[in-house]
Amino acid sequence: MNAAALQLYCIVAFLALAALSVAAAFRPRASAGLYIANAVVAATAFAFSFAALFKGGDPALVHLPIGIPWLGAHFRIDALSSFFLSVINFGAATASLFAVGYGRREPEPSRILPFYPAFLAGMNLVLIADDAFTFLVSWEFMSLTSFALVIAHHHERENRRAAFVYLTMACFGTLSLLFVFGLLAGADGGYVFNDIRSRDLGAGLGGAVMLLALLGAGSKAGLAPVHVWLPLAHPAAPSHVSALMSGVMTKVAVYAFIRIAFDLVGISDWSIAAPVMLIGGATAVLGILHALMERDIKRLLAYSTIENIGVIFAMLGFAMAFQANGMAVQAALAFVAALFHVANHSIFKGLLFFGAGSMLNATGVRDIEQMGGLIHRMRKLAPLFLVGCVAISALPPLNGFASEWLAFQAVLQSPDLPQLGLKILSPMVGALLALAAALAAACFVRLYGVAFLGRPRSDHAIEAHDPDGWSLGVIGLMAALCVIFGIVPGIVLDALAPVATLMLGTPLAVQSGNDWLSVIPVNATQSSYNPLLLFFFIALSSFLAASVSRLTASHDYRRSPAWACGFEPAGAQTQYSGASFSQPIRNTLGRIAFRAAETVDMPPPGDQQPARFTLRLRDLVWDAIYGRIASVINAISDKLNALQFLTIRRYLSLVFATLVLMLLGLAAWS
Amino acid sequence: MQSTLALDIAHLLAGGIVLVSFMMLYQDRLFALLNMFTLHALVLAASVAWQAYIQGAKHLYVTAAIALLFKAIIIPLALHRMIVKLGVHRDIETAVGVGQTMVAGMGLVALSMALMFNVTSEADPLVREDLAFALSVVLLGLLIMVTRRNAVSQIVGFMSLENGLVLAATGAKGMPLVVEISVAFSVLVAFIVIGAFLFRIRERFDSVDVGALDEFRGDRR
Repeated sequence: MNAAALQLYCIVAFLALAALSVAAAFRPRASAGLYIANAVVAATAFAFSFAALFKGGDPALVHLPIGIPWLGAHFRIDALSSFFLSVINFGAATASLFAVGYGRREPEPSRILPFYPAFLAGMNLVLIADDAFTFLVSWEFMSLTSFALVIAHHHERENRRAAFVYLTMACFGTLSLLFVFGLLAGADGGYVFNDIRSRDLGAGLGGAVMLLALLGAGSKAGLAPVHVWLPLAHPAAPSHVSALMSGVMTKVAVYAFIRIAFDLVGISDWSIAAPVMLIGGATAVLGILHALMERDIKRLLAYSTIENIGVIFAMLGFAMAFQANGMAVQAALAFVAALFHVANHSIFKGLLFFGAGSMLNATGVRDIEQMGGLIHRMRKLAPLFLVGCVAISALPPLNGFASEWLAFQAVLQSPDLPQLGLKILSPMVGALLALAAALAAACFVRLYGVAFLGRPRSDHAIEAHDPDGWSLGVIGLMAALCVIFGIVPGIVLDALAPVATLMLGTPLAVQSGNDWLSVIPVNATQSSYNPLLLFFFIALSSFLAASVSRLTASHDYRRSPAWACGFEPAGAQTQYSGASFSQPIRNTLGRIAFRAAETVDMPPPGDQQPARFTLRLRDLVWDAIYGRIASVINAISDKLNALQFLTIRRYLSLVFATLVLMLLGLAAWS
Repeated sequence: MQSTLALDIAHLLAGGIVLVSFMMLYQDRLFALLNMFTLHALVLAASVAWQAYIQGAKHLYVTAAIALLFKAIIIPLALHRMIVKLGVHRDIETAVGVGQTMVAGMGLVALSMALMFNVTSEADPLVREDLAFALSVVLLGLLIMVTRRNAVSQIVGFMSLENGLVLAATGAKGMPLVVEISVAFSVLVAFIVIGAFLFRIRERFDSVDVGALDEFRGDRR
């Protein structure tokens, strides 16, 4: 039995679980068992796809006679699919394990349990689809099941709006992909991916397909300006689903773009790389700026996902630019950096969302300004969450740094590009990525500092406690992976070699043979990174510093009230807040990006009114694009409203007249 | 290839349906309209049976039998009862004058002929002309619905429209029997539902003139 068939069995198992969940969801105890079953199936699927990635060899094919009669359903697993399958099923397995504990607090499990395995099945199906029809059906299935999960807590008005925006954007994305495959299949309708590969599109049509694919896949991944649904929808779902949507489903979209751009169309033209790079860079900065302003922890994480997706797409853009110019090694570098970041982001974003879910359960609030002091109350979660924050902030020696370092190595190769336009654009995008990385560090310092340090900012935070063992175990596993991937990135990079070979023709140089496990992407004279040495250095120096300060410091200490400049001890509200932390950035970049406006309303002396500080941020993308579209649609519907009140005969006449007119048009045209 | 005579008879029957559609178009009494509809269904059943014979397709005999049983017998009888029960058998009604209606009908037939001969220039001539006739019947059925004010005659228009669909389906070879049967049954269900509604409407408004509904909503006739 080949890998594709094994994967299909796993998908059938997921669907069977979905059916079982419908029956079992009304039993309150069933939730944990079902989540364990999900985790087992996901782990099996992960094992199969991971084995397929390492075994290599020819792609595994399966053809089932379901769907359109003359087409059937084609499935295929090659190195690219198996890599993404591994990422997704790993994420699914961890999320299911996390949900074993987390799901107990779920007020309405029957709204989530049946859709959860179906959603996992949908994502798996997208990755193994090998014809346009199967791909689009699986894609839409994935969108609809995730929509059902987003609207699970439908009592809150905000969630209903999020689900509506999500559904609209998902329809738009699928529509774009529909056009993509329509153009790719051409008039003859060769919908099987192999037929599409063998077609020569020509430059103009190829460019159109790429842009539509960027729009369609980008709307699911969260590229600006089609990202607006993401910060609404991801937080609306329960935390383990948020982790899946943010850490994993966005990767399915990345897969779709790679499949279409690198595999089905093929890279021949450099000009299409420019918009991908630029949109990627801009998305990264915009996403992280939003995250810096955000108080809701889950929305903050969702915005940070947008940033990471921007980084990944920028890297794909670089890979396209290098590949179009025949710079194979550099293309492989950028491509592998993108894939590595895909894997890393799915790990640390999962960790952070699980952590956020635990904090939400422990405090009952999502606003970080009401948390504070959790480091003393969630003693076990705090260090693990810190690992996630450090990893996502791209600090050495963790995995976020490894992939971002590779990304910047790719950027540094760009002066060799022959086109002047790319020569100018590349450093700009590089600067955007660097800015995004720095802002990401600030963002997560703010998140950790405000939520975990200081004193509790509200009564909610006082009662907080550590999550259950399942949750902690999963979070610990992911934190360990962050460290391992950070310390021995060479092994991961070598595992990605078949994917790069399949898509670009050349892999990155083999890394695992290097001395001291260092990473040498191009050649040793240019740059190398040795995470193992760095890790030992950091460990040793911090150990030394700690022991020196411990040895030399005085051992007798006294407790005394903190000196508060002579004032009475102030309330927890007076602590340094998240808004204070982001104020300098808000005042510089925020003035441009959000038209940030602060007004201070200070009553005159003697007046009893409290002083007021108001802050107004505007989402310019929403105002400029979506607000306008909405107002145009509203204006048109106002005009067409009269059509709602016609008589039956008028309606019939209208249908009749339309039919006759269209027939007349057809007669005149043919 | 069929003999010319077989083709001619098929055309005669299909053309006969269009002719009966025209006859329905200028009936201004309900019973007369109903009789014409029965004739319409009879010719349809004959046409389908003939198609079954020349195509050698056994399942089309079933379609013909369905057309004969439901459309030529059950539905007209039921409608007849309904008209008597509703007490509208003496009503005379057309929303638009007969002359204009006939002219519009001719225009529609011309349109469907011109269109079908253009679009299906490569198809089998039998299929081509059959489709042209079928489209004419569909359009004439719609025209009947639009030009009538009485709900019962709108139903009759709808049923004759559906006859056009059956005609098109039998002309195009390879339409599965399942589809035809399900279409036939959906029409039957639609008929029952509409019939039920008619009585409810009548209970409330003392009329099955759809104008009464508009008045109730506050519109002027």
